[in-house]
Amino acid sequence: MALRWDTAVGALLVAVVVAGLGTTDGFGSGENLAFAFNDIAEVALIALPMTLLVVAGQVDLSVASMLGLGSALTGALWDAGWAFETIVPVVLLAGVAGGLLNGWLVTRVGLPSLAVTIGTLALYRGLASVALGSDAVTDFPRTYTDWAVDTTTVPGTFLTYPVLLFIVLAVITAIVLHATGLGRSLFAIGAQEEAAYFAGIRVKRIKLLLFVTTGLFSAFAGIVFTLRYGSARADNGLGFEMLVIASVLLGGIDFDGGKGTLFGAVAGVLLIGVLKNLLTLNDIANEVQVIVTGLLLVASVLTPRVIAAVVERRHRRAADARP
Amino acid sequence: MMLRNAAGRRAVATAATALSLALALSACSGTTKDSSDKESTKAGATAKADPGAALKKGLKLAFLPKQINNPYEKIVDDAGIEAAKEYGGTGKEVGPSDASASSQVSYINTLIQQRQDAILVAANDPNAVCGPLKQAMKKNIKVVAYDSDTAKECRQLFINQASSEEIGRSLVQHLGEQIGYQGRIAILSATQNATNQNTWIEFMKDELKLPKYKDMKLVKVAYGDDADQKSFQQTQGLMQAYPDLKGIISPTTVGIAAAARYLSDSSYKGKVVLNGLGTPNQMRKYVKDDTVEQFSLWNPEELGYLGSYAAAALASGQITGAQGEKFKAGKLGEYTIGKDGEVILGKPTVFDKKNIDTFDF
Repeated sequence: MALRWDTAVGALLVAVVVAGLGTTDGFGSGENLAFAFNDIAEVALIALPMTLLVVAGQVDLSVASMLGLGSALTGALWDAGWAFETIVPVVLLAGVAGGLLNGWLVTRVGLPSLAVTIGTLALYRGLASVALGSDAVTDFPRTYTDWAVDTTTVPGTFLTYPVLLFIVLAVITAIVLHATGLGRSLFAIGAQEEAAYFAGIRVKRIKLLLFVTTGLFSAFAGIVFTLRYGSARADNGLGFEMLVIASVLLGGIDFDGGKGTLFGAVAGVLLIGVLKNLLTLNDIANEVQVIVTGLLLVASVLTPRVIAAVVERRHRRAADARP
Repeated sequence: MMLRNAAGRRAVATAATALSLALALSACSGTTKDSSDKESTKAGATAKADPGAALKKGLKLAFLPKQINNPYEKIVDDAGIEAAKEYGGTGKEVGPSDASASSQVSYINTLIQQRQDAILVAANDPNAVCGPLKQAMKKNIKVVAYDSDTAKECRQLFINQASSEEIGRSLVQHLGEQIGYQGRIAILSATQNATNQNTWIEFMKDELKLPKYKDMKLVKVAYGDDADQKSFQQTQGLMQAYPDLKGIISPTTVGIAAAARYLSDSSYKGKVVLNGLGTPNQMRKYVKDDTVEQFSLWNPEELGYLGSYAAAALASGQITGAQGEKFKAGKLGEYTIGKDGEVILGKPTVFDKKNIDTFDF
C-alpha cells in the first residue's frame, strides 16, 4: 500500500494546522494553541490506554463515567476536609478498583467488554452522583488549579502541564506497544485470541492489566479535569467515551483488534482537537462540528476496508488474467 | 475464585498496599480545604468610569447561552442582538449543544481569539467558566453574566431577571387581589432545598404578615420536586386535604403547569385561583380555557435587551461595574448598578389573556 492510514491521518493533521494558520486569525497564537491542546488533555490521556485495549480487541465504554467518578470523589473528599495529597491516591485507587471490576467481569465471568462496560458506564456515573449529588465543589486552591488551567504553560513553550504529561505518557505507551513483548502480545491477542493463548501468552492476565490501566488513567483524568475547570461535578466528562473511541478509531486502530499504531491514535486525538478549535474559531455551529467528527469517523472505519477490498479485487483480477 | 490465581492475588495485594499508603498519607499533613488560601481578586474595578462617554460604534458582542437551541435563551439572545443594531454594534450567539459544566469554556477561548468587545454569558457552572473569563477581562474584553451568574470575580456585571423579594411579594399581592384577600392558600414549590424557591417563599411569608392579608392563611407548602407527575399528585393531595382552598401559588414553571393540568380537568376549575411563575407556551391553553387567569415571569426579551446595552456601556467606558454607577438602556430607561455588580431588570411581567399571544417561549 502506498500510504498507511496512520501516516495519512498525520498528514491530514499537518494540512489542517497549515490551513488554520493561513486562514484563521488567532489560531496560531501561543495562547490559542495552548488552549486547543489543553482542551483535549483528558481525552488524550484516556486515549492512550484505550489504544492498547482496542489493539487487544477490547473496548472500555466506562472511561468517561470513571472520569466523572474521579471528579466527584475529588470534590466530595475535598469538601469533607481531606488533604489533596491524600485524595489523589484514593481517587487513583478507585480507578484501579473500577478497572479491576471491568477486567474481572470480562476475563473471569467471560462477558464481552462492550456489554460489561455499558453496564459499568451507568454504574460509575451513578456512584459519582451518589458521591456528590448534583452539587459542584469549587473551592480548590489556586496552587493546584493553576497546575492544570489553560493559561499556565511550561516556561518558553505553549505546552500546558497536562499536555506535557500526556507527551511523556504517550512516549512510554508507544514504547510499550511497539518495542516490548507485552506490546506484541496485545497485537497477537487482538488478531487471534485463541492462537495467542496457545502460543503461551497470558491472555486473561494481560486483559485484566489493560482494564486496570484504563481505569487508573480515567480516574487520573478526572482529577486533571476537576483542577482544569476548578469544578468537581458528577456529570463532568459526560459523553467523553465517544470522543476517546472516535479519536482512537480515526487514528487507524482497527476496532476488531490487532492493527494500528500509537502514532496514529495520537494523530487522531490531535486532529479532532485541532479541528474542533478551528471550526469554533470560524463560528461553525456545534451541530456541524458533530457532523464533521462523525463523517471523519465513518471515513476512518470505512476507508481502510474499501482500500482492502479494492486491492483484493485487483489481485484477483491479476490472478484471473494470468494464462 | 478470583484470589486462587496469582494475578488476582497480586492485584488485591497491590490495592491493599496502595490503600494503606493512602491512609498513611492522610495522617500526614497536606493541603486541605481549611488550610488552603482563599483569595478573591476583584476584577474590573480598576478602570475609571466616564458617564458622559457616548456608546462606541461597531462594538462586537457575543452571547454565550447555557446551550444553543434552547428556546428561552434564543429569545433573550436574539433581543440582545437586535438591541446591538440600535447603537451601531453587531451581536452573535455561539454556544455548546449541551449544558454541561465545561462545555462553554472552549467558546470563551474562541471569543478571546476573535477579539470581541464583550462576552455575555449565562453560566452553566459559576466556576468552570472562570479561568477563561478572567483571561478575557485581562485582555480588556468586558464580561456580563445574565440569567445565571458566574462567580463574582469572573464578570463585571450580572443582569438579574428580577429580585427575589419582588418575585415573592408580587405573587402574594396578585393572588390576594384575585381572591379578595380572603381564604386559605397553599404553595406548590419545587424541591425542599431549592435555594431560589425557598428565598421566594420566605418573602411570600413575610408579605403575608401585613395587616391586609389577615384573612388569608397559608395552610401548606407542598413539594412537587419539579417533576410533572409528582406536582400533579401534590395538587390533587392539596385539594383533598383542603377542599375549601381558595388559591395556590406555584413559583416553578413545572409545578404551575402540572397544577393547571389537574385543575382544568377537575371540579375545582374556576373555583381555585392558581398563580405563580410559568412560561406562556406552557400555560397558554390553561389561560384560554379559564383555568388560570394570570401568572408571571420576567420578560426574556427585555433581559437580552438590557444585557446588550449594559455590555455596550461597559465597552464604551460609561461604566466599570462599580456599585452606584448609572447607564441608559435604550427604551428601557436608566439602570443603576447594585451591590456586587448586579443589575436587576425589574418587576416580573404578568401574562394574561390579553397579552399572552404576543409571547412565544
